[in-house]
Amino acid sequence: MNKVYINSIASISAQKTFDNSLFLTEIENYEANVIPVINPNYKDYIPPAAARRMAKGIKMGVVASKIALQESGLDTIDAIITGTGMGCVRDSEKFVSAIIDNDEQYLTPTSFIQSTHNTVGGQIALELQCKGYNFTYVHASNSFESALLDAKLQLELDEEKNILIGGVDEIGEHTTKIHKLVNHVKAEAIKTSDVINAQTPGAVFGEGANFFVLSNEKQASTYAEITALKTYNTLPETEVLHEASNFLKENNINIEDIDLLVLGNNGDVDFDTFYTKLTEGFINTQQAYYKHLCGEFNTASSFGFWLASKVLKTQTLPEAVKLNNKDTASFKNILLYNQYRGENHSFTLLKQC
Amino acid sequence: MSKGVAITGMGIISAIGNNVVENYQSLIHGKKGISRVSKIKTNHVNDIMVGEIDFTNEALEQQLGLTSDNNYSRTALLGAIAAKQAIKDSGITNINAYKTGLISATSVGGMDMTERYYYDYLTNKATHKYIEGHHAGDSTQKIAAQLGIEKSLVTTISTACSSAANAIMLGARLIKSGQLDRVVVGGTDCLSKFTINGFKTLMILSDTYNTPFDENRKGLNLGEAAAFLVLESDKVVQEENKKVLAYVKGYGNANDAYHQTASSENGDGATLAMQKALEVAGYKPENIDYVNAHGTATGNNDLSEGRAIIRIFGDNVPDFSSTKAYTGHTLAAAGAIEAIYSVLALQNNIIYPNLNFKTQMKEFNITPQLELKEKPLQSVMSNSFGFGGNCSTVIYSKEQ
Repeated sequence: MNKVYINSIASISAQKTFDNSLFLTEIENYEANVIPVINPNYKDYIPPAAARRMAKGIKMGVVASKIALQESGLDTIDAIITGTGMGCVRDSEKFVSAIIDNDEQYLTPTSFIQSTHNTVGGQIALELQCKGYNFTYVHASNSFESALLDAKLQLELDEEKNILIGGVDEIGEHTTKIHKLVNHVKAEAIKTSDVINAQTPGAVFGEGANFFVLSNEKQASTYAEITALKTYNTLPETEVLHEASNFLKENNINIEDIDLLVLGNNGDVDFDTFYTKLTEGFINTQQAYYKHLCGEFNTASSFGFWLASKVLKTQTLPEAVKLNNKDTASFKNILLYNQYRGENHSFTLLKQC
Repeated sequence: MSKGVAITGMGIISAIGNNVVENYQSLIHGKKGISRVSKIKTNHVNDIMVGEIDFTNEALEQQLGLTSDNNYSRTALLGAIAAKQAIKDSGITNINAYKTGLISATSVGGMDMTERYYYDYLTNKATHKYIEGHHAGDSTQKIAAQLGIEKSLVTTISTACSSAANAIMLGARLIKSGQLDRVVVGGTDCLSKFTINGFKTLMILSDTYNTPFDENRKGLNLGEAAAFLVLESDKVVQEENKKVLAYVKGYGNANDAYHQTASSENGDGATLAMQKALEVAGYKPENIDYVNAHGTATGNNDLSEGRAIIRIFGDNVPDFSSTKAYTGHTLAAAGAIEAIYSVLALQNNIIYPNLNFKTQMKEFNITPQLELKEKPLQSVMSNSFGFGGNCSTVIYSKEQ
């Protein structure tokens, strides 16, 4: 079986991450319960007229995929696999409210078309003129991991050489409003640095697009090797640590060999306990978190994947993501763990190249 | 690694039947499930026809034994019914005896409840339970829970009208590569005002019975349905002495990269998908005995698909027909519905008639199968195409 590498990365997030030469050198501090992305200059990548027509999710996805492709040095790609929890949710909102407000009259198709979950993947294929394999996964907090799993399988078996994968989700006003009603969004505005100790229910909602070129051939730009990945629809809190050790064992690696544990903590007092349980087995390991920087969304873990890739390549860990301080000097193996509201868990193992 | 990908169980609920047997009876007797919409209040009631399932949500909840505080969308209800049938049909009593995953497909997800309670959420607390039921993964999580699948690979695919074909494709690849021993694959979509109005704005809904591959076709009828299949590895089939209904022999996925909602005139994506599926199966075009076409009865699809079929099969186009005239276009579920129809065709050596056809299309001279036909079948090709240029083909066969 082939090894699988991350050959390039791209991130559009609530931090200044779209420039690959930087690595969280300057942190954008928010005091909010919803944080939108810092927009790159979309016109550098898409003609202005086209950009105006595109939904935010499409724009973020297309630009992130172009940045990733550029860095990989490729002109074309064999396949495109997208993960998105909600798709272009603003257009879904627009179309539903128009149906209700106008009693099914005067509707136009644009928002219906853009609300289709695979519209981002389809638009990227159009932009890149890629007629290859094209899938879209829409499974909550395992949407991005499903895309990763699919790409990894194809590259291992040599079915394709270079695959573009990504996670993308956008903030929708109505969706956020109703999620505040059920306390999935924090009731209070909170400072970025305080999210981790919030002790309140709900998360700070966010959005973003993180895209990657995966390949079964290493090259100069390579960030890391993807060693293993496993997803779970359910996993009781009491079994998280046990399952993590099983996962490491299956991949012939000891807990002591993990140099960094990247966790999906979002400051929700009711569900961060899953991470606490896991860290009990990693007390001597450097730990990091990231959702205070990018916000919580169905594909937020793709930002964690971006972070880990960057750490392995640069061998540095930004202060803003440190959960503890172990003075780890070199990073060889990174374990990522994510879940959302106790469902759809994933372990991802990355290795320095 | 597993050489074969065996289908050992099937479950379905559609406008032409509440289980596999009922669906087959309707197919061979030419019984359509198309009518005026009755369960959704829409201004378009007299402008469109749909393939609607008879049961109300309450009846479906009762069949599943759900209490009144449940938050199942109709998509989840239909999916759970079909998936449970498939498990029963496969004779599975202990789901966790083998590494079992679930891959579902949906495009509507919980939109039926979202559009019903969209503004009510802001004022009526009793409706809040449906907020988390909106996202596409929710119905899949519920189906997994209904089947008792825990701590396993469960995911959802949404590639518009090709979704379920892709779920079957991924499932087959996971079995072949040895990642799973068993996987339940399929799709589910209910009717909604959202899709009715969406397709209406695109002006591709027929105001009468849909007529696939007919020169005067006026568009599609939307349908609702759910269908799931159990795929098992050679190991499980041997150890459990399973009866194999058919095999997933080949599959191909490609993107038309032409237009967000329209297929290219020459069906580039469709041609590529069929080509790839033949390659994976190790088949030549002449190995295909019947093509269950996507055949939505839109002007664009049937022309593009027809041309792609001619590009693949040349002068020897096998018997082909679309079953959309029976069920309507069931969107993300269509690939799984038609997978089951393909397997039933193989089991019974039967080709279904393409209903409602009257006039030959001008652009080419291929004609769908118009009468029920008995013929020994070895392999069947099933096409599913969708928005976003997504094109998928799966080949089902009697041989491993």
